[in-house]
Amino acid sequence: MGKFVLKRLLALIPTILIIVFVVYFIMDLTPSDPGHLILGQMASDEAVAAKNAELGYNDPFIVRYVRYIWALCHGDLGTSWMTGKSVFESVMARFPVTITLAAGSVVLGVVFGILLGVLAAVKQYTFWDIAGTTLAMILASFPAFWIGMMLIIVFSLKLGWLPSYGTGSISHYILPWITTAGGFVASQLRMTRTSLLESIRMDYVRTARAKGQKESIVIFRHALRNALMPVITIVGMNFGTMLGGTVTIETVFTLNGVGTLLLTSIRSKDVPVVVGCIVILAVCYTLVMLVVDILYGFIDPQIKARYLKR
Amino acid sequence: MSTGTVEKTRQTTMKKSQRAEIWRRFKKNRLAVFGLVLFVFIVLVVIFADFIVDYEVAVTQVASERLQSPSLKHFFGTDNFGRDLFARVVHGSRNSLLIGFGSVVIGVTIGGLLGAVCGYTGGTFDAIMMRILDSIMCIPTVMMALAIVAALGTSLENVLLAMTISSVPRYCRIIRSSVLTVTGQTYIEAAHSCGTSNIRIIMKHVLPNAIGPIIVEATMAVGTAIISAAGISFVGMGIQPPAPEWGAMLSEAKNYMMLYPYMVVFPGLAIGITALSMNLMGDGLRDALDPKLKD
Repeated sequence: MGKFVLKRLLALIPTILIIVFVVYFIMDLTPSDPGHLILGQMASDEAVAAKNAELGYNDPFIVRYVRYIWALCHGDLGTSWMTGKSVFESVMARFPVTITLAAGSVVLGVVFGILLGVLAAVKQYTFWDIAGTTLAMILASFPAFWIGMMLIIVFSLKLGWLPSYGTGSISHYILPWITTAGGFVASQLRMTRTSLLESIRMDYVRTARAKGQKESIVIFRHALRNALMPVITIVGMNFGTMLGGTVTIETVFTLNGVGTLLLTSIRSKDVPVVVGCIVILAVCYTLVMLVVDILYGFIDPQIKARYLKR
Repeated sequence: MSTGTVEKTRQTTMKKSQRAEIWRRFKKNRLAVFGLVLFVFIVLVVIFADFIVDYEVAVTQVASERLQSPSLKHFFGTDNFGRDLFARVVHGSRNSLLIGFGSVVIGVTIGGLLGAVCGYTGGTFDAIMMRILDSIMCIPTVMMALAIVAALGTSLENVLLAMTISSVPRYCRIIRSSVLTVTGQTYIEAAHSCGTSNIRIIMKHVLPNAIGPIIVEATMAVGTAIISAAGISFVGMGIQPPAPEWGAMLSEAKNYMMLYPYMVVFPGLAIGITALSMNLMGDGLRDALDPKLKD
């Protein structure tokens, strides 16, 4: 088990190297001018040129890339060209908002998605099934940021129940959570339904029924537990994309998360912050997927047995 | 396999009946047919946009008619510059569908060839490619597209390019796995032993047999691409006004939604209905192509 985790963590290294290379390369497609960004538009050309030389910005691409990686090995993500603050600190300052948003909506999505999915599968071809799958289809088709705006119009504007922007309290997060959870509910519901329909036809479920087990236990303990694997993979993937894919939601609800930080840095060509953000998000994503892989072991007895043998 | 011609006619008739069979199953799925009807309707709007309402109406600013609620004169109302929203939604369909279909078609072609080569050759090349693609896939698609647009500048072509590049790894992965299931088959081995070249095997035998899941995936991907493109425009990095684009319209509407909520409603409905039609068709196609998958 420990060996498995260690191996996965080591695999992070080439991943980060490739990610940094790709992001660095994209940002390098058009020349940016850190001297101007740091010193302001009023600075003289000589001062800007001197600053660029000091930062080593005139060096070829590959030299800068290697230098960045070297600094990264020492835990240094660089400093922002715009604000002069450490990249790590600026990202971490925004992280709680994004994590709260992501975690809350994943929880909502998992609970409602799986429950509705079970309902749809158990009552296949009835009203519940059709209503559930239709709901999933609609949620998957309409852009989340639009759903968010409609929710604001209804719940903040017309009914006045909830605030429409900012981060003061829990109530500020309710609409963003519902908005982002929509897409998860859709994918979770479909996955649970398909997977459960498959496992419900298995022999062990028939056995459980035959021995007179209560239907709820048959479904939740026997069928669902075995159907949960693909569902959990989707949870992990959703949580990962969530971390980086909330720009639009953060824009709608004016939340100051990592997404908006990344957006403003991309706009102002603040390369260290852009690369830093994406590296941190990508590392989080891989860690989440690792946790998912470990979770498999706890849920599926067959895989657990394999771990123990090693 | 004694006479080539007999074999060929048998193949064509089989292909024909297979297609008819798929179409028959597709037709039986009412939701899928509904999706198809929606889609045909949207395509008609795209083709006849100029006949429905003049492009000039979509971009002309009429100061005296700012922020009008929906009425018979302006079906969807007007925006903060006095532009007719109905005309903007109708003409915006062209940009959205162009990006949606363009990015998926180009992305699937590039990703498909790459995935087919990887899946077919296997070995070190495949392992290295997959390692690289997996790493790139850790970067959220929207982030990557945003970075590319920021680097190249905001324009229709660059949004299209950004969406394409950021989606290639995903298509490559999907197509590789569906190619892998095919390469194990005996007819590939047979073609191999006949001395057929690798390229020919990939083009003639592997891809045609692996195409089913790819079509389904591509259909659904068009919907996702339209939503992502709208998101990019929504945060102000996509197609720039005054050119009509659904995401950009929502971005402008956001500033006025407190007082003029109708501005938000219609562009969003347009995005949603388009994506819905693609998703419904994709679902129907999946069931039609592979009846085993149903329940």
